Amino acid sequence: MARITLKGLKKSYGNAHVIKGVDIDIEDGEFCVFVGPSGCGKSTLLRMIAGLEDISGGDLNIGDLRVNDLPPKDRGVAMVFQSYAIFPHMTVRENVAFGLTVSGASKQEKEAKVAEAARILQMEHLLDRRPSQLSGGQRQRVAIGRAIVRKPRVFLFDEPLSNLDAALRMDMRMEIGKLHQQLGATMIYVTHDQVEAMTLADKIVVLKDGLVQQIGAPMDLYHNPSNLFVAGFLGAPSMNFITVQVTAIDGDKVLVSGPGLNDVAVSGKRGPFTVGQTAILGLRPQYLGVNDDTGLGKLHGKVALSERLGAETVIEVTQASGLPVIATLSRDVVFDVGSDVNLSFDPDHAHLFQPDESFTKNAH
Amino acid sequence: MASKFTVSHRAGWLMAGPAFGLMVMFILVPFFFAFALSFTNQRLISPNPTEFVGLSNYRQLLGVGMLTLEPVKDDAGIVQLKDGAPEYPALRSFTRKNPDYPHLDGMRELFSFNLSGDKITYVLARDVVFIKAVLNTFLFVLIVAPLQGGLALGLTLLINQKLRGINVFRTIYFMPVVVSIVVVSILWRIIYDGNNGLLNNILTGLSFGAFQPVNWLGETSTAMGAIIAMSVWQAVGFHMVIWLSGLQTISPTLYEAASIEGASKWQVFRYITWPGLKNTAVLVLIVITMQAFGLFDQINVMTKGGPLDSTQTIVFQAIERGYGKQDISGGSAISVLLFLLVLSVSLIQRYLTRSVEAK
Repeated sequence: MARITLKGLKKSYGNAHVIKGVDIDIEDGEFCVFVGPSGCGKSTLLRMIAGLEDISGGDLNIGDLRVNDLPPKDRGVAMVFQSYAIFPHMTVRENVAFGLTVSGASKQEKEAKVAEAARILQMEHLLDRRPSQLSGGQRQRVAIGRAIVRKPRVFLFDEPLSNLDAALRMDMRMEIGKLHQQLGATMIYVTHDQVEAMTLADKIVVLKDGLVQQIGAPMDLYHNPSNLFVAGFLGAPSMNFITVQVTAIDGDKVLVSGPGLNDVAVSGKRGPFTVGQTAILGLRPQYLGVNDDTGLGKLHGKVALSERLGAETVIEVTQASGLPVIATLSRDVVFDVGSDVNLSFDPDHAHLFQPDESFTKNAH
Repeated sequence: MASKFTVSHRAGWLMAGPAFGLMVMFILVPFFFAFALSFTNQRLISPNPTEFVGLSNYRQLLGVGMLTLEPVKDDAGIVQLKDGAPEYPALRSFTRKNPDYPHLDGMRELFSFNLSGDKITYVLARDVVFIKAVLNTFLFVLIVAPLQGGLALGLTLLINQKLRGINVFRTIYFMPVVVSIVVVSILWRIIYDGNNGLLNNILTGLSFGAFQPVNWLGETSTAMGAIIAMSVWQAVGFHMVIWLSGLQTISPTLYEAASIEGASKWQVFRYITWPGLKNTAVLVLIVITMQAFGLFDQINVMTKGGPLDSTQTIVFQAIERGYGKQDISGGSAISVLLFLLVLSVSLIQRYLTRSVEAK
C-alpha cells in the first residue's frame, strides 16, 4: 500500500540540474537508504518525496497515487529533520501531539497516542519538559515521536543522526533499526555515513551528481559494486585502486598486469575489455593477505604506517612504484615501519573496472 | 595575565572621555536638573530669586476633584425650571473662594456626567489643560500601540515572501520612516486641508460629490484621529523592519515540519510564527509605547494643541510651559511626571509579557 516509485524524477533550479532523472522502486515496508557524498542530491530527492521541493519532471507515486502536485500533508509522510525541527516553545507532549492538534483530534485520542509513542521511544519521563531542557539525543527522540504518532505510511529521515556524538549515534541507529521492525512502515533514510547505510538498509541507493549509481542490498553493493564510485564509497578503509594493463582475454576472465603486480586473471564482468587497454583493479583492504602467500595475486612494498586498533591492524604499504596500498588484518600484529611485506590476494575477490575519467586521477 | 588595555585605565577614560562628557552634559545633567527644578518656582528669565516650593508644582498639575450638584429647589422641594430645564447652582460658587470647599478652590470643569436622576457630577481639575493633555496622550498610546504594531506585523507577513519585486514594497513601506517627521507633518497638513486637501478631494471624488469636505485638523472630533492616522502611517515601516528581523530568526525547518504535519496557514501562524515572535512583540510594544508617549512634533507642526485643546499632549505641554510661558519649573514637573509614567508603563508591560520559561 505504501510502495513508492520514482520514475525519471528531475529537479532543476534554472539551469542547474540537481536531480537528473532518477528511477527507484521502494517496496512497502522496506528500509531504503539514500547515500552519497554531500551535494549528490540525496537530501533534495528526499525533500521532493516529502513535498518540500517542487518536482521539475518525472513521476512520483506513493501507493497507487501520483503525488507530484500534492501538498506535503496529503502525501501521508512524516519527516525527521537533521536539526530536529522541534518547536521550541512547546513541551515535549505538545510537540509530539502537534500533528494531532492541527488535525483536530480529541484530547483523549491525543493523550493515548502520545503515551504510546512515548512508550515506544522510552521517553515518558520527558513529556512535560521543554526542548531547551533536552539533550541532542532526547530532542531527536521527540522528533521521531512526532513522526510516529500520526502513523504515517512513509517515514522520511534526513540525516537524523549527524548532529549527535559518535556513541549516541550508534545507540540511536540501533533504535531506528528496531523501530522499523516494530512499525513495519516504509522508511527512506538519507545519510552520508556509509556505516548507517550498511547497517540499517534493506536497500541502498548510491547517488552521485544527481544520478543513481547503483541500487541494491548492502552486501550486494559491497561485494559487487557496479562502478569505481560505488566501490570507493562503500567500505572502510576504502578499496585500493591499482592501474593495470589488460594483457589477454580468456572467456569471461581478463588477464591483467601492472607495475609491481604479477599477471593475474580476474573476472571481466564489468567489460567489455580489450587487450592493451588500461583498467583499474580494485582490492578491498580486508581481502589482502599479509606475508601469507595464499593468494595468486601478489604485491610487494614497505610498511609506511601501521595503525593498531586492537581487533584489527591497518597498514599502509608503499610499493616500489611509490604508490600506497592499504591492508587490514583482523588481528593485532606488530609491523615495524620500513620493514618489507608481501601482500597477496585471491583474484576472485578482486574487481576490475573500466577506467573512469573522473576517477583515474585518484586511482593508484 | 591581565591585558594592558584592562590595566591602563587612564588611556581608556581618555578615549571614552569626549563621548562620556557629552552624555553627562546633555543627558544626565538635564535629567537631574529637571528633578531639581520641578520643586522650585524657577522661570526662564526672572529677576526674582529661585525659591524651593516643595510639591506645589505637582499639586497644581495633578489636582483633581469631584462635585455632585442637585438642581435648585424651592422650599417645598420642587425643582425649579429655567427655560424648561432644571436649574443648577453656579459651579463657580463652589470653586471660587468658597470656605466650605477649600479643596476645590481654583479648579475648573474638566467634564460632567449625569448618573442618577437629575444630579450632575462634575469632574474638576486644577490644571484642565494638563489633564486633557494626559488623557489625550493615553488615548493616543492606547490606539497607536496596538494599531501600529498590528499593521506592521501584517505588512511584515506580506513582504516576507519570495516574490519578484518584493523589495520595492519593502522600500515603499519603509520610506516614511526616513523622511523627517516635521516634513511628513507639513505634507499631511496639506493633505488634511479643509478646503482643497487631498483627502477631501479623494473622498469627494470617490463618493461622486456626496461627501462634504471636513476640516480634519480644525474640528475637535477629527483632529486627534487625523494625527493618530498619520502617526501610525509614518512609523509603521520602522516596526515592520523590527518584526521582519524577528521573523527571520525563526528556523525555516520549523515551517517545513509544520507543513508536513499538515498545519494550515492560520495554524502555522498560531503555533510557529507568533510564539517565535514573542520577544519581538515585547520590544515592538515597548518601543511604540515610549515613542507614543513622546508625541510632540506632529502636534507642534499641525495643530499646536488645538482646536480647543483637543490635541494637547504631555510633551507638547511641557515645552509649551517651559519655553512658551517661560515656566521652567512647571515644564520640569511635567517632564518628571512623564518619565515616571513611561517608566511604570514599561515596567508593567515587561511584567505582563515576561517569558514563561523564565519562571
